[in-house]
Amino acid sequence: MATVELSFSALPVHVRTARLIVTAVARRSGVDEAIMDEVRLAVGEACSRAVEAHRAHCPDEPVRLELSDTAHRFQVIVSDSVPADEAEGGPPSAPRPDDLPALALAGDADLGLAVIAGLADDVEISNTPKGVQIRMSWPADRPAPPAT
Amino acid sequence: MDLKVNDYTTDDGLTVITVEGEIDVYTAPKLREKLIDLVNKGKFHLLVDMEKVEFLDSTGLGVLVGGLKRVRAHDGSLELVCTQERILKIFRITGLTKVFGIHKTIAEAEEKRKGAK
Repeated sequence: MATVELSFSALPVHVRTARLIVTAVARRSGVDEAIMDEVRLAVGEACSRAVEAHRAHCPDEPVRLELSDTAHRFQVIVSDSVPADEAEGGPPSAPRPDDLPALALAGDADLGLAVIAGLADDVEISNTPKGVQIRMSWPADRPAPPAT
Repeated sequence: MDLKVNDYTTDDGLTVITVEGEIDVYTAPKLREKLIDLVNKGKFHLLVDMEKVEFLDSTGLGVLVGGLKRVRAHDGSLELVCTQERILKIFRITGLTKVFGIHKTIAEAEEKRKGAK
């Protein structure tokens, strides 16, 4: 079971709230401060992507976020509710880095996925019956609880 | 934190846009509107000062790329001032360091512009 589960309305303003919560839980889970910016940005990108997908297909459905720390890893799963048959093609994938500048200028680059792929220590993007799920994780070492 | 966007134009015709705060999916439209407004006013040589930007995501990158395309359509330019490693990293990951001229200071950008004339 996730340490923290969060669902929020598909509104851009709530992506910032999600970033704040992720940062707090990641810190609590022992994620190194040196990579905290990367965690915050990658999760923000995944949430932004989900919000945009919901606004296009199902604006009333909330975006789901699961945060957990197990086996020295801090894991984040961002799930949207846009079924595969409504989304275009198969699971989205990050473009090749060499192709990005030209694709960006043509307006065809998924810069968000490129940022996620570049920042997350471990990324898996999958289509589930309910929608796209982006799972990311980073090393974490939860500090020992204070002595009582 | 809200996004603050201000601009001024130098005697040399370079419009400097100073951005302060977080550029994300919520605030990026404000920067997009500013860039569109400047281009509509005939300002085609833009320098975006990002030294006070605390956060930048792909939506913000998309707005800057969109601005670059708009000024290029008028033979203009859009360059950046940025020395923050956490912001520069996002440009490197996405390969956009090859697309934008990135300077350490406004003065450096102005000097290079004068040298290129």
